[in-house]
Amino acid sequence: MSQPAPTLYGLGAEFSSATDLLHAAEKIHALGFRRWDVYSPFPIHGMDHAMGFKRSRVSLFSLLGGITGLSTAFALIYYTSALNYPLIVQGKPYFALEPSLPIFFELTILLTAFGTIIGLLLLTLMPRLHHPVFNWDRFKRVTDDGFFLVLESADPRFQSEESRKLLGEIGGSHISEIYQDPELIPHPARPEKEFTA
Amino acid sequence: MRADTTSAQAAFARASDYLERQPLVANHRPLSWITDHVCRIVEQPAPMWWWISTIIFGAVAALTPAMLTYLVSTGVGVWGLNVPVCWAWDITNFVFWIGIGHAGTLISAILFLTRQKWRTSINRSAEAMTIFAVICAGIFPAFHVGRIWFAWFLFPIPNANAIWQNFRSPLLWDVFAVSTYFTVSLIFWYLGLIPDLASLRDRATTRFRQMAYGLLSMGWRGSNRQWTHYEKAYLVLAGISTPLVLSVHSVVSFDFATSVVPGWHTTIFPPYFVAGAIFGGFAMVLTLLIPFREIYGLHDLVTDKHIDNMCKIVLLTGSLVGYAYSMEFFIAWYSGNPFEIYAFTNRAFGPYWWAYWSMITCNVVAPQLFWFKYCRQNPWVVLAIVMFPNTGMWFERFVIIVTSIHRDFLPSSWGYFSPTWVDITLFIGTIGLFVFLFLLFVRFLPMITMFEVKNVTPQADPHHHTGNHHSAAKAHA
Repeated sequence: MSQPAPTLYGLGAEFSSATDLLHAAEKIHALGFRRWDVYSPFPIHGMDHAMGFKRSRVSLFSLLGGITGLSTAFALIYYTSALNYPLIVQGKPYFALEPSLPIFFELTILLTAFGTIIGLLLLTLMPRLHHPVFNWDRFKRVTDDGFFLVLESADPRFQSEESRKLLGEIGGSHISEIYQDPELIPHPARPEKEFTA
Repeated sequence: MRADTTSAQAAFARASDYLERQPLVANHRPLSWITDHVCRIVEQPAPMWWWISTIIFGAVAALTPAMLTYLVSTGVGVWGLNVPVCWAWDITNFVFWIGIGHAGTLISAILFLTRQKWRTSINRSAEAMTIFAVICAGIFPAFHVGRIWFAWFLFPIPNANAIWQNFRSPLLWDVFAVSTYFTVSLIFWYLGLIPDLASLRDRATTRFRQMAYGLLSMGWRGSNRQWTHYEKAYLVLAGISTPLVLSVHSVVSFDFATSVVPGWHTTIFPPYFVAGAIFGGFAMVLTLLIPFREIYGLHDLVTDKHIDNMCKIVLLTGSLVGYAYSMEFFIAWYSGNPFEIYAFTNRAFGPYWWAYWSMITCNVVAPQLFWFKYCRQNPWVVLAIVMFPNTGMWFERFVIIVTSIHRDFLPSSWGYFSPTWVDITLFIGTIGLFVFLFLLFVRFLPMITMFEVKNVTPQADPHHHTGNHHSAAKAHA
């Protein structure tokens, strides 16, 4: 009976501190890798620069949200108070800027917040409940005190043996293969069950 | 000579100890200690005191729906308000609760923008407090409309009358301000929770916990491609929450300030309300945090320095409201308007003098104790002192609302408001609801923002050299 070979997602390495991870990221970036990422319990100051990221585009979504909010507020107030059912209340004009400002402001803020969240979810591709990195048993510490770097096998510069050596040279420890489909490889916690079928 | 040198050195050492900023996480705790200490609160079986207090406050919270059912089924007449006092405990409680919420947003947004790193260990619980306070606040304006089943008329939904809302009315601005405030606070709070929910997911020992926290954390994996967008989103939300929090209480104050009622019609109201809100809110943050800090042994995360800073803010904002109180009197006198002068004389020396002087004692006099270091350094003294602002801020709203309208322009329409048992029970019910929700929060969600606290430790700084704590502390302070 032949086992289908598990697909390699990438190589993971652990680093001992934020400083080490930052330096490792600088080196990997300098070597021209594209499909890789670092994982840490908190955002590391200077990491965006080390990885060569440009400014996050989330604020663009915020701006779009804000513009939508402001124009919605204007359209809402102008249409209802001046066009659809003009009604004189206390001798005030049907539409004026001053009393409209609070609602302009509030709706701008509200839709800016919505835009920001939508932008964040789109750009980070969340929610995504499963990801190959979760198959690595050491990875659980990423939300505690673990610092990790993962090189994806899809990167053109990725070569299994050399990349493993590279990760060791830049200070990584516990270097391990991360698979797309872990149920195909023996798992210490559930030894035989998966392989008898 | 030698003795001189050593004593000079000792003095220098003492001075530098004194001048050195205290670390934000005491005792150089490692990162895993922070995770462990915060997650343990959620992971360990609930202690007995938690069950007892949750059951007690849950029962008190049940008074809220009970009183509201009685109110709706019988009519607003069960409250003590009537002409001329048409706004009384309902709006007092509304402004009281919404004001409390403001400290949470101030800590999470304004202190973030001003790079006050000490905010990190208190912002989560303060934001939770904001959300629960706004929930309590929303009950009152919703039900004071009388016919609650028509409350949807407040929203611009086409209806059978073909008429629209009056967008020139500050009461409608309030609807937009409060609902926006609640929504944005909730989003901001949830955004901050995501990485910490992932911590709980990764530590989960049961399948159910893993699934629940896994779903809530939306698959967060702490990659830098996520962090870079996350930080930007957080910054944007902090940026918009800052004017938002200042606007909400300003809009609330417009409910009064845009009227022509002496005592309400003042331009000082927006800043005065905002200062009062921050004052009352910080008092409430301290009220909630000090007991939980003791119970869960969080002294290394919520340090004495944090308490000290918050006490100073209470002192500052308490003095600001004190200034506003006196300025109101000055302007009333300076206006030369007899009705205006009467409204304020009546406030301090009329039938509600007891409420006015309670307010002054609690809000202006009591916080002055925070000038003394001893009072700021001893948590139990702090807890005792902040009970005054907690009470005083309720009195402030009562004084502003009731004393301004209980004597109308004509003496034939003068009245005296007394609350009914329904007024009192409903307010107690919302206090129960507030504490009940907070107890649930402490039990099921991480009450300290772990990832942000880790970020202000010396070891999180990539330019930090281990072993040199002094320079690191300086670089970080």
